[in-house]
Amino acid sequence: MSRRTHNLIPGLGLGVIGLYFVIPLVATGAFSLWEGGDKYGLAAYAALIHQPKLWQSLGLSVRLAIQTILVGLVVLVPAVFWLNLRVQRLRPLFDFLSVLPFVVPPIALVAGMTTLYTGPDWFVGTANYLVVPYVILALPYTYRALDVGMRALDLKTLTEASQSLGAGWMTLIFRVVVPNLTTALIGAALLTIAIVMGEFTFANILLFNTFAVYIDYVGQTSATQAAALTLLSFLITWLAMLGVLFTGRGGRGQVQIGGAR
Amino acid sequence: MSLRPTRPAGPLARSGGLFTLVFMAPFLLYVTAFLILPTLMLLATAFLGKHGPTLHYVAALGEGQTVVAFRNSIELSALAALVGLLVGGLAAYFVLRPGMPRGLRSLVTTFGAVAANFAGVPLAFAFIATLGSLGMITVWFKDIGVNLYGMGFTLYSMPGLVLVYAYFQVPLMIIVITPALEALRREWREAAENLGASTWDYWRHVGLPILLPSLLSAYILLFGNAFSAYATPYALTSGIVALVPVEISNVLSGNVMVSQQTGAALALGMIVVMVVVMGIYALIARRVGRWVKR
Repeated sequence: MSRRTHNLIPGLGLGVIGLYFVIPLVATGAFSLWEGGDKYGLAAYAALIHQPKLWQSLGLSVRLAIQTILVGLVVLVPAVFWLNLRVQRLRPLFDFLSVLPFVVPPIALVAGMTTLYTGPDWFVGTANYLVVPYVILALPYTYRALDVGMRALDLKTLTEASQSLGAGWMTLIFRVVVPNLTTALIGAALLTIAIVMGEFTFANILLFNTFAVYIDYVGQTSATQAAALTLLSFLITWLAMLGVLFTGRGGRGQVQIGGAR
Repeated sequence: MSLRPTRPAGPLARSGGLFTLVFMAPFLLYVTAFLILPTLMLLATAFLGKHGPTLHYVAALGEGQTVVAFRNSIELSALAALVGLLVGGLAAYFVLRPGMPRGLRSLVTTFGAVAANFAGVPLAFAFIATLGSLGMITVWFKDIGVNLYGMGFTLYSMPGLVLVYAYFQVPLMIIVITPALEALRREWREAAENLGASTWDYWRHVGLPILLPSLLSAYILLFGNAFSAYATPYALTSGIVALVPVEISNVLSGNVMVSQQTGAALALGMIVVMVVVMGIYALIARRVGRWVKR
């Protein structure tokens, strides 16, 4: 049997599976252009562009994503650094903590958080509060990216070299370790963006108008506009993931499951 | 570990327990405050009534609507994991076959990463635009004389949910099973064939037994992934199919007249299921390590 016929069934199989993945995107695209009857056009997009709420929600989600990345790094970089440099024996603890966010589903975590934290208002009353659980959601990915990145570095030598040149701990971390981790950090950051931009559970329960909540809100009034936003959301995920794949070639298995199910 | 007879003099040597505290404390405090304590709070809320400890709320998990929700959630996750396992496993196997076009693999990897992360509200809307009662495919089929909804199909049902979940389950399966498939060495197959084994014999006696732990752990991962899904079923069915995450959100949003304790008990029930699932996963993952790493 020639190689070509040998791969006929696999080729067909992949074709059918591919169709399953492509058709919803094409149909959503077509649906977003539908203007009723036989008319097609850009009306849904035109209407959306003039919605201040869209830009507010998109802006909020972008801001939350950036804050989540920053808080996550500030909390995790020193800990993972010290873990790799000096306290390897704590690794089982870290591995355990980093899978906990999978064990506690977001909807359960938000139930726990709402009963535990009912105030003060400056803390739970503004959208910034969402950063708190988002850091937890991104924790498994950020931890793994940082850990893989730091394992590849000779931290001991770097530390001794910079300290013998008179650098303090802050200089060491921010001017020696972090610049050496660019790839790992970009990978973690992009994955965090993908998670936060699509996150719905916390925002919906805690009543903040993030991008995903806005899509849901639009979906209740205009199906075509919701389809347009769906494509935009897919585009954002696509860009973030392309970024992860192109920067994070070293950290295999980094791209796994994201946040918003 | 080897012995380290000489410790470096200088600043590094001086860093003892105090430094460990300074570097570790922010992370450990954060996880404690915003992950562990909220979880323990659920435990406390579910077991504490107005008059001290009670099993009332946890016992209520065995009643009516709640049982239905748990059964639905578990059935849906089991089914969606099975579909993901079969379709994703086949897809990964097909992609890795020799003679497949170059570039196919990176295309599937890239798209898989995107699709595995494309979920929630947008995914639900994409399927409503496709197969909803006014979706493009539904309407198109109607034009050629096939009335999907007349034939009993509906997107807002268990089969519909499985169809939608496959969109993130299949790519996740491809991502997690590909390394295991790659670890199946060609030599094993050639050796089996030289000994007279057919394709079926090879898979029955060599391939599948080696893959079994990987397949099991992938199945469990997919199960957990589907089980904790909230945004997708919320946007898709909004309550037509009772699922635990949607029930919890109804309690939290005050849409139903039940106590906070019931919500906590529901959430606790979910965590218990996930603990069992992840526990099995960890056990199997340890076994898989023997085959995949070398």
